Amino acid sequence: MWQVDESNLEAIAIGAGILGTGGGGNPYIGQLRAKQAIKEHGPVTVLSPEELPENSQVICVGGIGAPTVGIEKVRDIQSYHALRAIEEYTGKKATALISNEIGGSNSVEPMIPAAMTGLPVVDADGMGRAFPEYHLKTFFVYGVPWCPMALCDEKGNTVIIPEAISAQWVERIARSVTVQMGCVACYALAPMTAQQVKTTAVLGTLSLAYNVGQAVLDARERQEDAIGAILAACPGKVLFTGKVVDLDRRTAAGFARGSVTIDGLGSNAGSRMVLEFQNENLIARHDGEIICTVPDLICVVDTDRGEPITTELMRYGFRVTVLGFPAPQLWTSDKALAVAGPRAFGYDVDFSPLVLS
Amino acid sequence: MRIGVDVGGTNTDAVLMDGRDLVAQAKLPTTGDVTSGIVASLEEVLRQKPKTAKITGVMLGTTHFTNALLERKDLTPTAVLRLALPATTLLPPLVDWPQELKQAIGGFTYMVHGGHEFDGREIASVDPAEIREVAKQMRKQGVEAAAICGVFSPVDPAHEQEAAAILQSEMPEIQLTLSHQNGRIGILERENASTLNACLSNVAKHTIAGIRLALSQLGLDARLYLSQNDGTLMDADFAARFPVFTIASGPTNSMRGAAFLSGVRDGIVVDIGGSSTDVGALVNGFPREASVAVNLAGVRTNFRMPDVLSIALGGGSIIRQNPKGADAENGVEVTIGPDSTGYRLIVEGQAFGGATLTTTDIAIAGGLAQAGNPDLVKGLDSSLVNWVIQDIQARVEETVDKVKTTAGPVPVILVGGGSILVQDSLSGASEVLRPEHAEVANAIGAAMAQVGGQVEKVFSLDGMSRQTALDSAKDEAIGRAVDAGANPNSMEIVELDEVPLTYLPSNAILIRAKAAGDLASE
Repeated sequence: MWQVDESNLEAIAIGAGILGTGGGGNPYIGQLRAKQAIKEHGPVTVLSPEELPENSQVICVGGIGAPTVGIEKVRDIQSYHALRAIEEYTGKKATALISNEIGGSNSVEPMIPAAMTGLPVVDADGMGRAFPEYHLKTFFVYGVPWCPMALCDEKGNTVIIPEAISAQWVERIARSVTVQMGCVACYALAPMTAQQVKTTAVLGTLSLAYNVGQAVLDARERQEDAIGAILAACPGKVLFTGKVVDLDRRTAAGFARGSVTIDGLGSNAGSRMVLEFQNENLIARHDGEIICTVPDLICVVDTDRGEPITTELMRYGFRVTVLGFPAPQLWTSDKALAVAGPRAFGYDVDFSPLVLS
Repeated sequence: MRIGVDVGGTNTDAVLMDGRDLVAQAKLPTTGDVTSGIVASLEEVLRQKPKTAKITGVMLGTTHFTNALLERKDLTPTAVLRLALPATTLLPPLVDWPQELKQAIGGFTYMVHGGHEFDGREIASVDPAEIREVAKQMRKQGVEAAAICGVFSPVDPAHEQEAAAILQSEMPEIQLTLSHQNGRIGILERENASTLNACLSNVAKHTIAGIRLALSQLGLDARLYLSQNDGTLMDADFAARFPVFTIASGPTNSMRGAAFLSGVRDGIVVDIGGSSTDVGALVNGFPREASVAVNLAGVRTNFRMPDVLSIALGGGSIIRQNPKGADAENGVEVTIGPDSTGYRLIVEGQAFGGATLTTTDIAIAGGLAQAGNPDLVKGLDSSLVNWVIQDIQARVEETVDKVKTTAGPVPVILVGGGSILVQDSLSGASEVLRPEHAEVANAIGAAMAQVGGQVEKVFSLDGMSRQTALDSAKDEAIGRAVDAGANPNSMEIVELDEVPLTYLPSNAILIRAKAAGDLASE
């Protein structure tokens, strides 16, 4: 058990930004929203999965929408309203909250209703990274029901999806509703049991985000290599180092899609890397050859400071390092790859796990 | 020939440049009215001007606005009006601002209905009665300037314009900054930048008017430019309305000047003026740009700016003994700054016969500098002198350390009039350089600044490739810079930004391109 207060939110935001693989929303805004809620209502308790009582009712809350919109029409307390709406609909009261994804601002989304209600947050999430769509959660791959879910905007509109034939259908319906709501909605799922959390969630990820972020802050403090510090806190490898020379970014059906082209510097001079993204970075091509794919994590950070750079904040001229991290094990089964492997995103290539030397 | 001028908190520097050659230089105290200090420095360089030489441009870089924010002085009482309700209430305007700065500008914030969705729909309509009520409150609070920021105003500025018209009719004197004119998508950063701009309204008006007057009185028939954050020049009329664009021009100019004078391409530049010290890194002869959000006086913005760390330490910083709240436990009961005598140093400083103890007095007493009358400060307690000298050295070392990205030693270039405060034995430096003319590096950097051209345009990608649109925007920006006097062979695209406009039936994007190049030789 530990506490999230105003002092450790910065480290969580940096770590979650890195694990966000370019998506997951703006880490600064997520952090600021959590900070504001904690300032107003007090700190949030984090429970490890083992500390969850047997009879727990764990409600997952998250944001849904386009990150390019979220930095402009910043989210309000939609997740609190979604939590209350699903409690009312199911007749079950939450005893703890869980993040749907550790990457980006969604990692701290539960902190806002948690601070407001006094409920604890579980040290785990449904992705172990960030993904662009609702149905891409380990929860659903391993049997947690995807309905009912409640969806709220900031204007006072609530939509309940009581029944759907698949998690993907919930995504489709919720996405259309979200676009109508103005692209920054929040949702809440029906409660999960403690057993469901332990077997279907990626565990310990809030601590991981904190540790990675703290490593970056410590490295800056000591003027040490931030990239090395990240890799020491979370095993992975440097895929490329260079300068952003082109950015093709468009918003389509509520998503930021596109590619970023990076020309090599230092040992990568003369080479080029192209990252393809759909909110998150999905494919890394080194001089045309695919060297890393989803569900492995492809993360872009500022070369000097180790600051995570999301796809919507990426700009021409940035000096960046591309990092690769192996996917959480729950994502590497055939069943999981069918949902979140490269083919699921329309790339005609098999998943080939990143090998760390 | 060109004149480069730098108005600092303490000194006004001027240089006359013939191409890359320094013809004349002047360093005179900045005066309370600004104008007379500029006049004096201009007169000084004009006196040294060869008879036949013609002045084609006056390039002015000023740290005036940065100092105003750092010292929180002369700031215009400012309100922030956000058009967003019912959205964005968890993070109100000024949410992440330092408390002192918030208080210094008044901290008046209003959230009203309005703003747009990403696709151009209204979140809510503007309610004129609500805005008139806000105007009533603003009048009561003595607000003189306001930043107006609507959600998605870069996509549709209509609500900001509507609210501005109502405010202006209710409060004819109010000075307004509309956020869509000075920033991109990212409401908090854009709103912050607009608010900083608004709170500088009075300072900007007075400063530019003073300089204009000075030029006309000198009979100087040259174009007046102000240098911007990115090192390019802008017209003075534009600068009077957008002072925030000049805010990091001081550091940019001094770093470009330092690179020019020292020949060092990679290193750290420490520019110590009268009120503040700016430390930044040179990469390949240019200031390293911040790739993350830039803090201005503790406020987050999204400008493309040099990655510079500023501390309130300069040659005029005021030293106080035994102030309330000093660290008495360690026997240290001395504070340095953050306020400064500024240009009054040579009147108020003890070595100059005044009553105020400043860092410069300490440097003179400690034998680091020769100025004023050393006899006037020889009675200072030597342990005080030593402590202050060591503390200044430690502060500069710490700041250099923060700016460095590797632990190894790097060349450090000291520029600015206040560089006398620092000893050569700077830890973390492979060498400490004090190039010739370093005391006017800012003015040289301003004189050598590039000319910029900017374009912001919506392109429909129906029947046009994205590449064609980008190339067209780039060409237009280059064309504008060349029209403004840039050498076509030196052009570089320094900024390229796209905003997707998904609400239009075809795939449309807003492209913002900025080009910069050297001023064509006159």
